[in-house]
Amino acid sequence: MNTFYFIAFLSVFFSILVITAKNPVHSILYLVLTFFTFTIHYILMNAQFLAIVNFIVYMGAILVLFLYTLMLINLNKESEPRKSNLVKFAGVIGGGCFLVTIVAALKAFGVSQPVVLNDPNLGLVKNLGKILFNEYLLPFEVSSILLLSAMVGAVLLATKETKTA
Amino acid sequence: MGIADIVIKFILVVIIFAISLLIALYSTYAERKVAAFFQDRIGPNRAGPFGLLQPFADGAKMFLKEEIIPTNANAFLFIAGPSLSILTACIGSAVIPWGQKLTIGTHVIDLQVADINVGVLYILGVVSLGVYGVMIGGWASNNKYSLLGAIRAASQNISYELSMGLSIIALLMVTGTLSLREIAEQQHGFWSHGWFTWNFFKQPLGFLLFIVCAFAETNRTPFDLPECETELVGGYHTEYSSMKLGFYLFSEYINMFISSAVMATLYFGGYNFPFMDHIGSPNLVAIIGIAVLFAKIFFFIFFFMWVRWTIPRFRYDQLMDLGWKGLIPLAIANIIVTGIVITFLNR
Repeated sequence: MNTFYFIAFLSVFFSILVITAKNPVHSILYLVLTFFTFTIHYILMNAQFLAIVNFIVYMGAILVLFLYTLMLINLNKESEPRKSNLVKFAGVIGGGCFLVTIVAALKAFGVSQPVVLNDPNLGLVKNLGKILFNEYLLPFEVSSILLLSAMVGAVLLATKETKTA
Repeated sequence: MGIADIVIKFILVVIIFAISLLIALYSTYAERKVAAFFQDRIGPNRAGPFGLLQPFADGAKMFLKEEIIPTNANAFLFIAGPSLSILTACIGSAVIPWGQKLTIGTHVIDLQVADINVGVLYILGVVSLGVYGVMIGGWASNNKYSLLGAIRAASQNISYELSMGLSIIALLMVTGTLSLREIAEQQHGFWSHGWFTWNFFKQPLGFLLFIVCAFAETNRTPFDLPECETELVGGYHTEYSSMKLGFYLFSEYINMFISSAVMATLYFGGYNFPFMDHIGSPNLVAIIGIAVLFAKIFFFIFFFMWVRWTIPRFRYDQLMDLGWKGLIPLAIANIIVTGIVITFLNR
């Protein structure tokens, strides 16, 4: 349990650094660290497959692309848009309202009931694969079609301009 | 797990670490000698007999050179880049089974640091993490050539990771496990049930795809576009000097060693060799197995060098074309054919 609290603290700490860092590239690097702590959370929950996939897909691919894009567009402190005081004021009020709502909502809840898994080894590759391809085959296939359509859509949007030009 | 096991694991980790570094050190020497042989030269022959002390002389030179951090570079990330690079190069060896279990007295020594049941995916994860060292170093140098090298490294790694993953999927359909130990055990001996046991003979196309991707992931010629010296001065390590440059160069050789070990384990039987069942003593089999595995690894390292001094560098668009239009469709076709054959054989 102590490990959990330590890792959870690191997750929150790095996420705060993500949004407070001045340099966008530093932000992404903190985000990488945040995702790394998520990987440790998954391992603590005995979900090895999810942990390693989070590691490969998020840390190894998606964030590399984020970093890639940010390095290309070269954001500087000078090019950062200046926000007017009105926008800042509205932001503070909006954020404050949100905080009050969250606190009120949390207060309304009782102590959460921990869910005990029937099979603690559910997260191992073999069990996960069996469940995904037997019990949840339809949702699995539907979500893969969703991803495919997103991919085709992105390619279509990207190639549209070159054809008309 | 008793205290003895922990001590044994610790010693094993230290030995593997030392061997990785030693092999990387002598790979630099071997590379020069191989290059010299291919170009009809002599190669390093001044430091020690046959120039054998050359790597140590180079290491000392790297340590003693002036350490330069460019004025406008981000100092922390500038140092973090090569550190991360060498770290990710070294942690890959943790899941590779180096030999069968040794029995000394009552102790059974497992020659694998961690037998995790997602071993193959762990290797992929480490490979995908390797690009951060190059990207961070290239960006932190605050140099346009370095940045271009870093960006090339990122897009190249992501493109070739995809086909590497797809070629491994076909292999996993054959083996049915993600544990490298089990994959090595399945390739026991050389011949059984009327076919070769080594996965190379079951997945020849998969191996071809894997080795091409391994060349791209380790940034070796013909895919060394991130440090392409004819276009980008020195690529991502243009601004680096002294041991930080040494770490970048060194991690490339360690990566070469680890990927050779992975290729030998996944496709060429790992520590298995023909007629291993005819030797009585299991410990002798284990020791010969380790030697065989290293022989295979050295062959692959030689192959990396052979290709480097034979094939010229690709152009960047050719590299992307090969990755996306050549390797990925081939890998998907390989998965489909493997699936059909497995279904047919199991009927």
